[in-house]
Amino acid sequence: MIKVEGLTKYYGERAAIRDLSFNIEKGEVIGFLGLNGAGKSTTLKVLGCVLLPTSGRVLIDGFDVTKDPHEIRKRIGFLPDTPPLYDEMTVEGYLEFVAQLRGVSNADLAMRVRDAMEKTSLVDRRDDAISSLSHGYRQRVGVAQALVHDPRLLILDEPTSGLDPVQIVEMRELIQKLKGEHTVLVSSHILGEISQICDRYLVIQQGEIIARGTEADLGNLLGNAGAVELEVHGAPQKAIDVLKTVPGVTDVTVLKLDGEVASLRVVGSGELRPEMVKALVGAGISLLRIDKAAARLENIFLKLTHGKEAA
Amino acid sequence: MKNVSLITRRELQSYLRTMSGYIIIAVMLFIDGLLFNAFAVPGTAKKSSEVLADFFTLTSGITMVGAVFLSMRLIAEERQTGTIALLYSSPIHDVEIVLGKFLAAFLFLCVFFLSTSYMPILIAVYGKVSLGHIFAGYFGLMLVGACGLAIGTFGSALTRSQVVASVLSGVMVLALTTCWLLAKVTERPLTDIINGLAWWGHFDAFRIGLVHVKHVAYFGLVTFLALFAATRVLEARRWR
Repeated sequence: MIKVEGLTKYYGERAAIRDLSFNIEKGEVIGFLGLNGAGKSTTLKVLGCVLLPTSGRVLIDGFDVTKDPHEIRKRIGFLPDTPPLYDEMTVEGYLEFVAQLRGVSNADLAMRVRDAMEKTSLVDRRDDAISSLSHGYRQRVGVAQALVHDPRLLILDEPTSGLDPVQIVEMRELIQKLKGEHTVLVSSHILGEISQICDRYLVIQQGEIIARGTEADLGNLLGNAGAVELEVHGAPQKAIDVLKTVPGVTDVTVLKLDGEVASLRVVGSGELRPEMVKALVGAGISLLRIDKAAARLENIFLKLTHGKEAA
Repeated sequence: MKNVSLITRRELQSYLRTMSGYIIIAVMLFIDGLLFNAFAVPGTAKKSSEVLADFFTLTSGITMVGAVFLSMRLIAEERQTGTIALLYSSPIHDVEIVLGKFLAAFLFLCVFFLSTSYMPILIAVYGKVSLGHIFAGYFGLMLVGACGLAIGTFGSALTRSQVVASVLSGVMVLALTTCWLLAKVTERPLTDIINGLAWWGHFDAFRIGLVHVKHVAYFGLVTFLALFAATRVLEARRWR
């Protein structure tokens, strides 16, 4: 679906992105992670045919962004970091305009616009002026315009930015709904917002991809495989001794000691949690919490980016 | 062509639904009416056709200045609000964006021309003027308007600030207006060329009811060049 080779983009003397290469398969949901200014938006703008690359090759559905941008534009829906909305238009009028702009035929127009409004729960607000909408609704209209012409590829640049927690959950559900029908490329600098909805992640830092893979792959990269975090109540030393007897456990460390409650980190291989729980309960130790350390994308991300800066 | 009309319709809606366009036209009409009363009407033993010619002279100046203000938002505003990304990521050509926006502004400017028609009508009621004179004059005004809007569109493509856009276009219009000052200190054939650049020199024939191909060609050429430049600026923006 997307093939990027050696993509480089300079703004004047400064390279915003350098020598990026990646492939995205049809139907995948890809998370594009990076801090502000890492080069996420620039990359997405090149993929969205808004900017032309300084060098490198970008193929989308077999078409080159520099040679056949029109063919690509017909196949993509792009939501930039600020939703491109005309304040004086109504939601429905705006979506009709965008659909026509992207080549939806008059026969399909009403159906496409209704479909986009239904997917983004905008039907009740169809006659409202865009200027009267709250930030969350504006973001939804932004997503609706990206999918109104039923594109194969959706590029969403920070769709969750500035949304409240409820709206973030709604946006995640929306992206999950789009999975399967479309190939989705979604960026964010807050990882919790897009974790669990993406098949794969690309981590970008200072214009270069520093890690890629599934959430588990990224965890493995840092030697986090099989690491488990748990909290026990009372007798931390006893708990450590008990845990060390569990087959497969290679190391136990104390992360935090807060009065009677101790946070421990257990490193080992394979799924150790059932055995660990059995051993702890058998020894009469109260277990307060247990989960996989690698599931926390924030940790991975912080380590990766800090590691890069330190190097 | 479909895309041009799509952009034109949206842009025209934007003119009709927001206040700025109406305010600019209202100010233009106010000043036009004021100047008409102050300069075109007074005078002893003035022929109706002379009053009409003076009306066209005054209105042409106001059209040129007004066109700059009407067009300053066309592209600058899209860049300011980020909506340009929508147009850039859609399957349309840059020239269609420029033409669509230019046409919308031109149609809106025609509202101004229509609103000024009461003045020639008054002259026709109280005096004697030929319909041909009125038509020729308005045709000339439309050419001046198109030229001003095209320059304004070019200025608007250069920056994301509407204020800076209007200043840039204003300077370009001023240069085309006052180039005869430069012609005074140059030698032939440069003098003729620079004099030939002044837009009001070409409007002179229209104001007295004459339509010459060379003058139509002048306005057509300036409009084309400015719109062409605006298109190239839009294209170049993708590289930055």
